[in-house]
Amino acid sequence: MSGMAVDRAPAGATIPAPVAARDITAVSEAPTSTSLNVPLLRVEDLVKHYILPREHLFEPPPKVEALRGVSFTMHAGTSLGLVGESGSGKSTLARQVMALERPTAGRVTLLGRDLNALSPAELRAARRDFQMVFQDPYGSLDPRQRVGRIVAEPLAAMGSADARTRVAESLDAVGLRGSDAERYPHEFSGGQRQRIAIARALITRPRLIVADEPVSALDVSVQAQVLNLLQDLQQRFAVTYLLISHDIAVVDHLCDEVAVLYAGRIVEQGAPEVLFRAAAHPYTRALMAAVPSVVAPRKVRAASARTPRTDAGNDTLDDPAHIGCAFAARCPDRQSRCVQERPLLRAVAGGHAAACHFAEAVMGRPPVGESPGDVRGVQ
Amino acid sequence: MALLEVNDLRVTLPTPRGPADALRGVSFALERGETVGLIGESGCGKSMTALALMGLLPDAARTSGSVRFDDTELLGLDDTAMGRLRGRRIGMVFQEPMTALNPLHTIGRQVAEPLRLHKGLSADAARAEALRLLDQVRLPSAAQRLDAHPHQLSGGQRQRVVIAMALACGPDLLIADEPTTALDVTIQGEILDLIGDLVEARGMALLLVSHDLGVMARTVDRLLVMYGGSVVEAGPTAAVFEHLAHPYTRGLFGARPRLGAPRGTRLATIPGRVPELIDLPPGCPFADRCGWAVAACRAAPPPPVEVEAGHTARCIRLDAIAAGEPPHPVGSAVAQAA
Repeated sequence: MSGMAVDRAPAGATIPAPVAARDITAVSEAPTSTSLNVPLLRVEDLVKHYILPREHLFEPPPKVEALRGVSFTMHAGTSLGLVGESGSGKSTLARQVMALERPTAGRVTLLGRDLNALSPAELRAARRDFQMVFQDPYGSLDPRQRVGRIVAEPLAAMGSADARTRVAESLDAVGLRGSDAERYPHEFSGGQRQRIAIARALITRPRLIVADEPVSALDVSVQAQVLNLLQDLQQRFAVTYLLISHDIAVVDHLCDEVAVLYAGRIVEQGAPEVLFRAAAHPYTRALMAAVPSVVAPRKVRAASARTPRTDAGNDTLDDPAHIGCAFAARCPDRQSRCVQERPLLRAVAGGHAAACHFAEAVMGRPPVGESPGDVRGVQ
Repeated sequence: MALLEVNDLRVTLPTPRGPADALRGVSFALERGETVGLIGESGCGKSMTALALMGLLPDAARTSGSVRFDDTELLGLDDTAMGRLRGRRIGMVFQEPMTALNPLHTIGRQVAEPLRLHKGLSADAARAEALRLLDQVRLPSAAQRLDAHPHQLSGGQRQRVVIAMALACGPDLLIADEPTTALDVTIQGEILDLIGDLVEARGMALLLVSHDLGVMARTVDRLLVMYGGSVVEAGPTAAVFEHLAHPYTRGLFGARPRLGAPRGTRLATIPGRVPELIDLPPGCPFADRCGWAVAACRAAPPPPVEVEAGHTARCIRLDAIAAGEPPHPVGSAVAQAA
């Protein structure tokens, strides 16, 4: 099933055409009748603004443009990783995809259904197809409920019957014991709690799991166990992940496609092996260069001194006109064109798109950060 | 005479289930100008070590051993004397800059406070010095920001302010506990470089506490790997990275996802989980999760064994591991537990 869906979409098809070149008819022409061809998730021109509390009586309240037009398509079996720093809009995007908030503009379509056009009852029923795993395994489980009830909660919301067996199956799938259903969250370690959260997400047999930083609160050795589990579940239950992470190695490990988010827009997208080997956006390169490598010789600060300053006061969200590239203020390669004209996301190679006027020049440079042969594996 | 000498430091904390050994004989020395990293996972004792050095252990903690800082014994030092050392001779940077700063005071006032307190500067002189320090930590447009409140700054800018406060009185030792964990990765690099540059320029000693191997590689000369309240491996950073000796250190390296690994690669995991301090076995704390453990490992805590000059590991199986003995499977019941 997943293979066929991907066949229809050859490499690169998941990348939207440049915004200017796209028109609505192209979108509506997409076949929606046969389930085989319906993408798992389609996000179109998603915009989300938050209105902040008014600071001055006579001025309009400030507005944060968390998402400024994000489009992508996910097919079953092709997990997508979203990377970016805080404030880039990653978690806002997750909330729109989960239909926890209404977007300011744009559409989120899951298996052909526009989530924001559904009635509350329809939405509740549709939720069986998409579930979420949160970052904090301590805050996301109700301490006063037994694990069995926590895991069964998505079923209860749908009025499902055979809850007990489903809970046992779900706990078993994440490597916990059926008897753990009788225990309380505080009896479990951080890694085990994240397994409980994953069991809760799995219980409705979802097609899509949105995971927002699922391992970043865990210790390194436990993180590896949970990443391996997520990988197993991908194969065993044919779930597809929309994985949000600031850690590009985690995304590379689990995802078949990566989108780099900056200031509410996708600035680069492609398969991880292509994107990380020949990053075409200076921001992606800055992200990769910033990951401290365990092999870099000490005191190589001369090189990192070129890393663009990030908290230098040029807050990217304060670009009211935003006619230029949002990254221009931090970009080591900025030219006059960058502040005058916003680069659109465009294909730079098969299955690889970037929003930079000089993407071809940037991707021709040698790769940054850890490359595959750099680190010795430990058996 | 080293600047800081920690000798057989032991800390016991009372818990509802009885006393727990949080530190089980930690020893290391730190020379002036040297940078040392304490690395390990939660509960390994790395933050506990930092707290003990700063005299910030909980009141109920019982300690033994010795912590000598420039010929002063810090263990058992009264609060007033410790307070005089903290801030003046020992600077501290914590993980979360927002909790380290007072939200009600301007950052200029907060950076000036240690200068007035410890150095007796006048308000004007302290303010001028605060501005110089904020420039030094590369806070953008520092002069305009002197009268800003912490909430008006970004996370990275706040951490710069905290570093300026820690450096205000020119300490000999800077203790930084996970200083970049709450920050974005691009900002993390800048803050680490800033700390590294300042330590080098001022000839300070640095004790950096972190769980991140990459952070250590970038910042410190010498590495102490902690597990279960003791230092299980110690040596120059490059040597430890080059010759991973202790099975736990090997496990930590193997568990990291790596960029560019082939599709479908399984991560090497460390079976089981970090033991509760109160449940630590009497012998090697890692024995229950170790594929090379033998009966002798569980009998007594292993002594430090030299791997190469200046590089030691507390493991009695180093020779067998180096000879290529394959790890035996660790009990599956334990493997399930995480």
